[in-house]
Amino acid sequence: MGAMEMNEEKRRGQGASDSEVLARTKAVLGPMGVMIHTHSQHGDDTLVAHAEDVLKVMEFLRDDKSLKFDMMMDLTVVDYLGAEEVHPYLKPMNARFEVVYHLYSVEKNHRIRVKVPLPEDSPYVDSVTGIWVGADWFEREAWDLYGVMFRGHPNLKRILLYEDFVGHPLRKDYGKMKRQPLIGPVN
Amino acid sequence: MKEENREKGYDFHEASRTETMTINMGPSHPATHGTVKFFLTLDGETIEDIDVEIGYLHRAFEKECEAQKWNGVFPYTDRLDYTASVLNNVGYAMAAEKLIGIEVPERCQYLRTMISEMARMSGHYTNVGAGALELGALTAFIYFIEARELLWDLIESVCGARLTHNYVRIGGLTNDLPDGFRENVKRVFAKNRKLWDDFDIMLTKNRIFLDRMRDTGGISQKDAIAWGFTGPCLRATGVPYDVRRAQPYLVYDRMNFDIPVGTTGDNFDRYLVRMEEIKQSMSIVEQCLAQMPEGPINVDDARWRMPSKDDSSTRMEPLIFHFKQVIEGPSIPVGEAYQAVEGANGELGYYLVSNGGGKPWKCRVRPPSFALTSALPLLVKGSLLADLIPTFDMINLIGGECDR
Repeated sequence: MGAMEMNEEKRRGQGASDSEVLARTKAVLGPMGVMIHTHSQHGDDTLVAHAEDVLKVMEFLRDDKSLKFDMMMDLTVVDYLGAEEVHPYLKPMNARFEVVYHLYSVEKNHRIRVKVPLPEDSPYVDSVTGIWVGADWFEREAWDLYGVMFRGHPNLKRILLYEDFVGHPLRKDYGKMKRQPLIGPVN
Repeated sequence: MKEENREKGYDFHEASRTETMTINMGPSHPATHGTVKFFLTLDGETIEDIDVEIGYLHRAFEKECEAQKWNGVFPYTDRLDYTASVLNNVGYAMAAEKLIGIEVPERCQYLRTMISEMARMSGHYTNVGAGALELGALTAFIYFIEARELLWDLIESVCGARLTHNYVRIGGLTNDLPDGFRENVKRVFAKNRKLWDDFDIMLTKNRIFLDRMRDTGGISQKDAIAWGFTGPCLRATGVPYDVRRAQPYLVYDRMNFDIPVGTTGDNFDRYLVRMEEIKQSMSIVEQCLAQMPEGPINVDDARWRMPSKDDSSTRMEPLIFHFKQVIEGPSIPVGEAYQAVEGANGELGYYLVSNGGGKPWKCRVRPPSFALTSALPLLVKGSLLADLIPTFDMINLIGGECDR
């Protein structure tokens, strides 16, 4: 196999055998029918799951003895409007957004990325604040900037922008130069 | 007695009844470094409830990055944690390089490690110094600001800027070390060690400082992990998680350094962890300088690292690549990558998505102080209002990083 092809395989994260984390995840979650896709692009183990199963998946990842993802490192959203070809599973699902969780296990020192594709007309997903309390502000930020709703979040309101802001500015159809009306002090 | 007072129409119970008071602290308050508003509910001097309002320094970092070409993002990353700006450069460059699949030359890795540690020192000097200042220790603050100024002179001699360094590029660095750098490091570090010792004598066993710092703002290991704590605040609880050791990048696996940890997770432990980390960083800088090989600092691939000005003004091919980089930007392969580095405040992660174009499709930064600040209510509820000041100091909210 030429060096070029090896690089290509490494880039796509396919071909090489799964890491322990991904193998264990696949073995348990595979039969449950919650997975859409997995890959290890650039060595980052990634699991794509259905939105309605997110709590089931996250609880398993946190509680499983050999995984123990006790820390939610990061949560963000990507808007794939006009770039659905980046991930092959987006178009068939009619998905526009993807909620991206980066999990880390302090004890086991390993990471996983969990992604949840969401359609444009119903960008809802269950809140993981009940699993990792630190997800609170991250979910508020995702709501603020992308307009993704987290069901069951205790206090889902804007965090970086102000209450009267109209729209969700990190969506790709929100123009970079768009202005907001000026607001005055309330009292 | 009570009855008598009743008869006189005086009710002790009524007279000693207290009502909670709600006050705004901030967004611009002299005792908090950083623009943040606390909505406090106070019972006397005790904090009953606190609501933290951030976002005053929000400047649409991600939206701007999506409009820039890959290399144009660097100046924006400088302004995240501006007390340690080169660390943000390094994180972003490494994430982009991970996405491309290239490795920078060895000398570049050493230089990046060295400058990262200088940035960490600068971040810790600012944090600990300003923390002391807000507790009234102006002298101590001046000592660390002097140390930081000397350090910034060194950084300025390398990259020309004192605060926002913009030193790193995808696939390399802007320039190599200047002449006489090693001697300057020796001179500056000797002075910095003296200043560190003086600072230590002034504060670490100072009664007033101890009373304000010890047993305030504490958090348990379990809570710290659940809230996404990283960096000195997590290590103060005794968890030895440091990205430099847990998942070594650059040349940290060749460096000999200790990871200081605390026991109680209170403000004083956070202070001690940071003080020790300054010393460890100095040692890493010296090790880097001792081990650093000669060689190129940029990858020899004009698709990723822009050809030098000399080359592009005299030769045809570099000119073409230079033009393509400026007009189109480097076309980084389709994909996604997450790269974490140990920032001054904790894990600084970059999550990049490319759709194959010259601009990032998504440029997410995982800000450590965002997660730390979100746990502030847990840290201060039930304590005195005065404890909010050292706790907020040691959490070290950097507006540029938290609000992006």
